[in-house]
Amino acid sequence: MRNAILGLIMAVLAAPAALADGWDDVLARAKGQTVYFNAWGGSDTINAYIAWAGEEVEKRYGVKVSHVKLTDTADAVNRVLAERTAGRDSGGSVDLIWINGENFANMKRNGLLHGPWAESLPSWRHVDVAGKPTVVRDFTEPTDGLEAPWGMAQFVLVYDQARVATPPRTLAELAAWAKANPGRFTYPQPPDFLGTTFLKQAVIGLNGNDPRLAEAASDAALGELTAPLWAYLDDLHPAMWRSGRAYPANGPAQIQLLGDGEVDIALSFDPSEAASLVKNGQLPDTVRTFVFEGGTIGNTHFVAIPYNAAAKEGAQVLANFLLSPEAQARKQDPRYWGSFTVLAMDKLTANDRARFDALDLGAATLSAAELGKALGEPHASWMERIEVEWARRYAAGQ
Amino acid sequence: MTAPLILRAACLRLAGKVLLGPLDLTVEPGQVVTLMGPSGSGKSSLLSWLCGTLAREFEAEGRVLLGERDLTDLPPERRRLGILFQDDLLFPHLSVAENLGFALPARAGDRSPRIAAALAEADLAGFEARDPATLSGGQRARVAALRVLLAEPSALLLDEPFAKLDAELREQFRRFVIDHAQAAGLPVLLVTHDPADARAAGGPVLRLGQP
Amino acid sequence: MSWLRLAPIVTVLVMIGPVGAGLLATIGPAFGIMPGLSDAPAGLAVWRRLFDMPGLGQGVALAAWTGFAATALAFVIAVLFCAAWHGTATFDRLMRGLSPLLSVPHVTVAFGLAFLIAPSGWLVRALTGFERPPDWLTVHDPLGLGLIGTLIAKELPFLLLMTLAALNQVPAQRYHAMARTLGYGRMLAWLHGVLPLLYPQLRLPVFAVLAYSLSVVDVALVIGPTLPPTLAVQLTRWFADPDLSLRLVAAAGAVLQVAVVVAGIGAWLVLERVVGLLARRLRGAGWRGRQDAVARGLALAPALAALTLTGLGLATMALWSLATSWRFPALLPQDWSLRAWDKVGTAALGPTVALALAASTVAALLVLGCLEHEAAADRKPRRAVLWLLYVPLLVPQIGFLFGLQVLLVWLGADGGWPAVLWSHLVFVLPYVFLALAEPYRAWDSRYGRTARCLGAGPARVWLRVKLPMLLRPVLVAAAIGVAVSVAQYLPTLFAGAGRFATLTTEAVTLSAGGDRRVIGAYAVMQMLVPLAGFALALGLPAWLYRDRRGLRVGR
Repeated sequence: MRNAILGLIMAVLAAPAALADGWDDVLARAKGQTVYFNAWGGSDTINAYIAWAGEEVEKRYGVKVSHVKLTDTADAVNRVLAERTAGRDSGGSVDLIWINGENFANMKRNGLLHGPWAESLPSWRHVDVAGKPTVVRDFTEPTDGLEAPWGMAQFVLVYDQARVATPPRTLAELAAWAKANPGRFTYPQPPDFLGTTFLKQAVIGLNGNDPRLAEAASDAALGELTAPLWAYLDDLHPAMWRSGRAYPANGPAQIQLLGDGEVDIALSFDPSEAASLVKNGQLPDTVRTFVFEGGTIGNTHFVAIPYNAAAKEGAQVLANFLLSPEAQARKQDPRYWGSFTVLAMDKLTANDRARFDALDLGAATLSAAELGKALGEPHASWMERIEVEWARRYAAGQ
Repeated sequence: MTAPLILRAACLRLAGKVLLGPLDLTVEPGQVVTLMGPSGSGKSSLLSWLCGTLAREFEAEGRVLLGERDLTDLPPERRRLGILFQDDLLFPHLSVAENLGFALPARAGDRSPRIAAALAEADLAGFEARDPATLSGGQRARVAALRVLLAEPSALLLDEPFAKLDAELREQFRRFVIDHAQAAGLPVLLVTHDPADARAAGGPVLRLGQP
Repeated sequence: MSWLRLAPIVTVLVMIGPVGAGLLATIGPAFGIMPGLSDAPAGLAVWRRLFDMPGLGQGVALAAWTGFAATALAFVIAVLFCAAWHGTATFDRLMRGLSPLLSVPHVTVAFGLAFLIAPSGWLVRALTGFERPPDWLTVHDPLGLGLIGTLIAKELPFLLLMTLAALNQVPAQRYHAMARTLGYGRMLAWLHGVLPLLYPQLRLPVFAVLAYSLSVVDVALVIGPTLPPTLAVQLTRWFADPDLSLRLVAAAGAVLQVAVVVAGIGAWLVLERVVGLLARRLRGAGWRGRQDAVARGLALAPALAALTLTGLGLATMALWSLATSWRFPALLPQDWSLRAWDKVGTAALGPTVALALAASTVAALLVLGCLEHEAAADRKPRRAVLWLLYVPLLVPQIGFLFGLQVLLVWLGADGGWPAVLWSHLVFVLPYVFLALAEPYRAWDSRYGRTARCLGAGPARVWLRVKLPMLLRPVLVAAAIGVAVSVAQYLPTLFAGAGRFATLTTEAVTLSAGGDRRVIGAYAVMQMLVPLAGFALALGLPAWLYRDRRGLRVGR
């Protein structure tokens, strides 16, 4: 009897210690769990990559991964919200979400996320926190360990060199080019994130990256800094595809227009997207990538665990694997995906570094040097305000 | 084994209006009673009521008996009253033999020989596997009659079954049905428009009034 | 047979329960009641925000215009085509062509037509000599003409089939012949003599088309206006917006959408009166319309165009699935490969078929139970019952599915087979009922009476006589159920916690990636599964009853 009580006390005392350095504990509890990974499913290349990661994690750690293919990250956010509304605070149906930006900020604000957990992952030690500050600041919102970085993205432009001799390298050149080639440029309709990114890129470019953009948007700053944006767009729209009376719905729709020859310049948030689309035949092999002088917006995408996830440990095991040098190198390989790593090369072992050095990025992809400086995202509030104003000006009908 | 078919104070109403009756009638075994009357006089509805398949919008009173047995509250399948309509109503998804087999009671042994014998008797030997839809009108009528008889009914109700046949066939088929019914000693109630039917039946004729 | 009495009750609960509960759970958030959201505004603030949304008024006006125009035109085309050609070989041929289109998901038709009419699309390639695609606003045109056209093409077969079904219930040929012997031309004889008898039975199908057209999301996304889009598209966006408080605005928008549908049906009823009065005037005038050859040609043209364009659109989708690249202005793909077909998840095929079979089987059993109850009770179906049946088709999906999701989560039932099956049943049941009711009621009950008088009990009569005789319509109704189930996207997504991968959910997620080749391959799969169902439904009875002439079609 006494031994039993002693055992109980020991167990209680031991518990916090186990939580502190408990990756083994996480692994043990993760074993046998099924992780429902809610991730955009619009690309069969990315779907195949996720399937590969799932197989590896099951083989190595006994964690099953089921890819819930979303058309929109909001579907998963909606689901968590519905579960919170219905009072299901544990055993939720979403274990891991591919997320960033406004979706993250909103889930964080409404307490819909589990954590902090990301910075205690074993793979965290390789993350390039110093060189890539966006891995801990998601659209200026501190991640606070509530999400683990997965990959880097940077705003680039894609053009067909068979039809565009010299790509425009500044906003002003772009407007001039559009007027000389009416109907051959467009951008996805905001609030599509790529379309909104174009607006943010423009507002940064037109204001010389004003520091007020990194803070919450005040009415005064908003009025002052967006005035040149609206003037620029009022000037540009008549020269755009369909004279600005219609916009492609999203990035893929706009890429389709490039493939169909309806437009000559398209936007992308994935520096290697053009290369993989050339390879699979969606775009002609004369397509190349370019960036604006003075840098383009870069950001990071993450994975996060909802507060009520059923398989929190399994989700961490998967997130840790996704962050490993092996998985990150494969992710950067254009044959499998082509998305840039969040890891710091100097923190890797020679072996792991060799994995990255061996990659052939393809003719349509720029080197890291050509890509140039990645600009930080403006504060999330800018995005919301600009989206609303854009809709009011251009989408409310005449 | 055979008993008379007895109607006691049978009365049919439609929407509160008396359509037929009250009618008292006894049909002796082997006797054919003919009911004649204009359309809408309720002749066919009376037969439906006897079988237990009267449509819901009708109201009926009175009793149906077979000898001592009161059938009034029994479901159709337990009354054992065979009925033949103007249309042969052979089941289109079954062969001739399957149609006959459907009627043959479960307890009946020697099913195939009995069906073969019945067909032979009706000049339809070897027709077992035929599709009813490929038979002539006269052949179909005879199969329908055989089907009713093989069900071993206690009485036979005829709802103008000869009306659609041409004159010559009609004569033959009428003979065939009435002979078989009388051989089995069944009470027969015949509904018809045709005075020739009544004459051929040879039994009493009841004329129903204007509705 | 007392369990038969349960069939109608269970059926109504299965269909109406989720719709009603889902609607209620949508109305709550519309007034700011949403416990999951910590920054939810209260009460009417949500509505103020809704009416402040840019483009809301335009979106409502666009929804009303496109929905009404599509429904009215589809109805007029269907009626004129029947008036001009019913009973002719041309009519039968065109119906044979149009019927398979019933089983093609709306969005597939939209993709096909969008590729046809785009400035870089097939028609421009085939009919013009442009080197580069012209900058024409055809897809996503601000007036929604493309959307209207797609809806017409897709709803025309449905309305025509419903008209045919109604024609079998009235002595149409005799009235038509009578009017013609009185000297009326073929079309006018039909419009004056037959249509007024049919119309009461067409009203509900027309309302279903109207409700659908007023609230359609997927088709409008592919081909509809974007600046601004229709109301339904706008509120779908709000449901998906990262700003969680917009969910409440979306819920209020969903309530507004239901109101738009109710108002649309009301407007239709008014229009119906007006047209009825005018027609009465016209009938009184005695004009005969004997020279209607040109009018008959004009009545054929839109139906023929709908069939041709839809067929062409689907054919180009099939071609895309076999292409590596197919650039402007090539009329055929330049390189071919089966690569897209590797992507078609065979994994999704199993659940799709299993779900479709389960849903249509359960639906068929329930519908058979209802109809047999009706037959056994010897009772005419009441009008109200028909309205109940149409509830899932009249309430916009977006109006109750979000609420339904909350309820399923609350019950702990989301993500499981039963929930997904149930959500499919809601939409499968009405169609199975509509398809089966008419042939079931038309069955000659004298066969049943004969069988009972031969000594067979009710169960034996049903199993050995009625069901075998009705095998074909039962299987066809089940095949329609399969087609409806295969096409379900939002219900599968909401009830399945996103974990149910069917051909349609895969197709929709991959179409987000914009790869036309993969979209094409999925489109072909989405057509093939229902077509296989129809082939089986028609082939099995034909084979079983190959020696039974009496059961052949067109007897």
